[in-house]
Amino acid sequence: MSVAEADLETGVHVHEAGEHHHEELNFWRKYIFCEDHKVIAKQYMISGIVWAVIGISMSVIFRMQLGFPNANMSWLKPILGRWIEDGGKLSPDFYLALVTMHGTIMVFFVLTAGLSGTFSNFLIPLQIGARDMASGFLNMLSFWFFFASSVLMFISIFLETGPAAGGWVVYPPLSALPQAHLGSQMGMTLWLLSMSLFIISALLGGINYITTVINLRTRGMSFSRLPLTIWAFLITAVLGLISFPVLLSAALLLIFDRHFGTSFYLSEIYINGEALPNQGGSPILFQHLFWFLGHPEVYIVLLPALGITSEIIATNSRKPIFGYRAMIASLLAIAFLAFIVWAHHMFVTGMNPFLGSVFMFLTLIIAVPSAVKAFNYITTLWKGNIIFTPAMLFSIGLVSLFVTGGLTGIILGNSALDIQLHDTYFVVAHFHIVMGAASAFGFFAGVYHWFPKMFGRMMNNTQGQIHFWGTFIGIYLIFFPMHYVGIAGFPRRYYSFTTYDFTHTFTDLNQFISIAAFFTFGAQFIFLWNFFYSIFRGRTAPLNPWKSNTLEWTTPLHPGHGNWEGEIPAVYRWPYDYSKPGAADDFIPQNVPYSQTPESNLPHENAEIAMEKEIEAQNYNDQFASH
Amino acid sequence: MTYLIGFLTLVFLGLTIAVVMRMQSVLKSTKTEIVEDNAPVPNNNANAIMCLLFLVFGSIGGVWSYFHYESTFQLPIASPHGRITDHMFWVSMGILSVALVVVNVLIFFFSWKYSYNKNRKAKFYPENHVLELVWTVIPAVVMAYLVFTGYVAWTNIMAEAPSNAQVVEIMGKQFNWWVRYGGNEDNKLGKYNYKLVDDTNNNPMGIDFSDANAFDDFIHNGEMHLIVNRPVALKIRARDVLHSVFIPHMRVKMDAVPGMPTKFQFTPDRTTKEMRAELENPKFDYEIACTEVCGRGHFSMRLRLIVEDEASFNKWKASQKPVLATILENKPDFMSKIPQDLKAKAMKYMPVPAEPVVPVANTKPAQTGSALGASASL
Repeated sequence: MSVAEADLETGVHVHEAGEHHHEELNFWRKYIFCEDHKVIAKQYMISGIVWAVIGISMSVIFRMQLGFPNANMSWLKPILGRWIEDGGKLSPDFYLALVTMHGTIMVFFVLTAGLSGTFSNFLIPLQIGARDMASGFLNMLSFWFFFASSVLMFISIFLETGPAAGGWVVYPPLSALPQAHLGSQMGMTLWLLSMSLFIISALLGGINYITTVINLRTRGMSFSRLPLTIWAFLITAVLGLISFPVLLSAALLLIFDRHFGTSFYLSEIYINGEALPNQGGSPILFQHLFWFLGHPEVYIVLLPALGITSEIIATNSRKPIFGYRAMIASLLAIAFLAFIVWAHHMFVTGMNPFLGSVFMFLTLIIAVPSAVKAFNYITTLWKGNIIFTPAMLFSIGLVSLFVTGGLTGIILGNSALDIQLHDTYFVVAHFHIVMGAASAFGFFAGVYHWFPKMFGRMMNNTQGQIHFWGTFIGIYLIFFPMHYVGIAGFPRRYYSFTTYDFTHTFTDLNQFISIAAFFTFGAQFIFLWNFFYSIFRGRTAPLNPWKSNTLEWTTPLHPGHGNWEGEIPAVYRWPYDYSKPGAADDFIPQNVPYSQTPESNLPHENAEIAMEKEIEAQNYNDQFASH
Repeated sequence: MTYLIGFLTLVFLGLTIAVVMRMQSVLKSTKTEIVEDNAPVPNNNANAIMCLLFLVFGSIGGVWSYFHYESTFQLPIASPHGRITDHMFWVSMGILSVALVVVNVLIFFFSWKYSYNKNRKAKFYPENHVLELVWTVIPAVVMAYLVFTGYVAWTNIMAEAPSNAQVVEIMGKQFNWWVRYGGNEDNKLGKYNYKLVDDTNNNPMGIDFSDANAFDDFIHNGEMHLIVNRPVALKIRARDVLHSVFIPHMRVKMDAVPGMPTKFQFTPDRTTKEMRAELENPKFDYEIACTEVCGRGHFSMRLRLIVEDEASFNKWKASQKPVLATILENKPDFMSKIPQDLKAKAMKYMPVPAEPVVPVANTKPAQTGSALGASASL
């Protein structure tokens, strides 16, 4: 049995007999080098939150520069040191470093590791009914690779020459030539090393998620009974597994170009009074490789958020998710299309225009499954009995943002319109709403919803609601006006807008956007307070605070390693039996057999009663049981 | 301003802490009620009303801001293809705005309408294939329309430039642009080679003078001149890192890639003078900007673009001095690098010290230009 072998390898579970309690682990094994998926999830969550604070603070600094270009920033000198140049001006080099690090941190460290890492780890075993991940050891390794990657990236911020500064896409030749840019020196080296470790971490995590979902589902948990969260995590993991290695190869070739004199991306370059010998390389090659990950990455970030939302909206509307199968089909369609649209980031890079037409066509198709998802969410709300928990509010907000931001994607996916809008603030507004804010809302929704399961305590609902409205309104105030700035043609990654006549307008709007950003940033402190306070002092949670159907709520308040005491529950129905006609309660958990609910069974469900014995006789897939 | 921001930050932090504290005490006092409350969580109705308020004020804000800023974000257009794409942009935006409004109204209206009521049970409504089909087909049809119009426009814009097009080369470098014209004699661009780039000896674009077509080429780093209503075949390249040529008023954008020349063809159809009159802004200028991050000076690669009638263009062109002449003036022994069979032809560009140099009227050199830039444009 491969499962048993995995246990032997880890060495931890070997001495255990059956599903009995573990021997007490020491502090290091329990909290630091832990193999329990729940602890690893929390490790990802806390690291993600720390990174989010750093990443968003950076955006606050460059929003100061953009909103108030004449402000004297000397008061930031204690933090930023000589990056504040004479006269209290932010250094243009550091401005680019801030933009770059903000992008890298938010996309990879917060929304990939923080979101997927937290909730895939936490929810997959709990919702499919498994004791732990397929390999606890690989899972631990995955976190510590991520941690090492984080450390490298963090160190790079403090380098004398600054961190990487060529944009989060690190296009060569700028990123390949140390003499071209301060940020392309040591900072870029560390960026590449850090990202390589990050990719290893993402891959280790991904194979584990996939293996676990496929092999360790409990009795009766067929794919057609999987919660949509798990579907989303599974598909996300597959996306990551296919696309991250391509980024790794892009990064490796870039490392070769930087340090070993190869010419993968370099050709015919004259810089600093010197003609370089490199010939025959192509900077466009890097862009293709980068966006082959970069575009799926958008969905790696977004799909888990959509999965989380599906679960939360169904639970708090007290209704089954509308179109369960259509939701899965649209997830699969989006995931498939995600791989064949990457070059819509490259319409005006000099790529063959015919390719542009092909990619425009493929890109606009994505609107169809996305529309299906949006309308299914709306129909789920229709005639529901909606409870505005903070998680529900964030999920509703996510749907709004997903649609608002997604619609402008239809503009940008049109290559003819992209000519003018490419690399302007229109793009910035688009992806911050649809991918940044929407995914962040998925994170918040998930934290508010599963906090009781993670810590056995409740977060404060009122504070959560205030946090939601502050964040939601704030996000719209920041990014809605930003579209106007983009339509006017303001380019991205500009340190200041004083050098052109056509960017002399909109100083008032840029100020407004900055103030809205400060406001939204401030609102996040409500969350931080609520989160950390509730970990220690929150009200003790009931076992199933949201009256939800999924399996995680059948575990004890503080589940130990192994999640369930005694047998893992079997599953008899799909997870969305909310407000079923005839039923006494407005929810029927997945582990309640049809034979116990004759009053609410639909005709075809009565036929399934006969299957129950069969389900119970199935292989346990219990990793902790002695074989 | 600094103090203001600092002050505001402090006030804001203070407010946040105050609110949090307050909530904490509110929570404590109502702790026991929460679980038995009518709704499973507190403030359910308040949040339902917030959904409605958000919808109302959000719509007002959206509409107001559109009309308030409309005149600011509508950049004047000076090319026929730009008019087509702009029209398409606003048509698409119109269609998408309908979707935006419908969807957001539904989301927040339903959230309000169906907020929790303990006497009601939600409707068990797991699927409806007709509905799914409807909202699969409608977006698909709309997308098909958008793809088709987009495809036609894109193909036309990216077509080959017509043979009568004026050929201009633009090269990006950190952190300014160089523009090259085919010259006053043959009006053909000569070859170039990045290994011949020599900033100190007046050859920043690496023009290869073993090609006779290059002899009369002239370059400029302060401005680009174009003839109105004549197609332009813009040849684009970069010599160090990626740049991107962005001419906002012409709706032109194309990356400049080292080692891989790119191109863009368009037709400017309003002169700078006409535009100045129309906008009642005597200082108006077309501008060329960089939109691919290229380093510290990325935000300041301004190049002036002057669109004029053929007569004034020709006058300007005639006043420009070939690069070869400038090089030879400063370094007469450069002649040794010209191939033997072309030397006779090149001699024409050798300055004759005896003759007085014709004074040349020229605009002032670009601020970003070095001493070399000044000499090249003289």
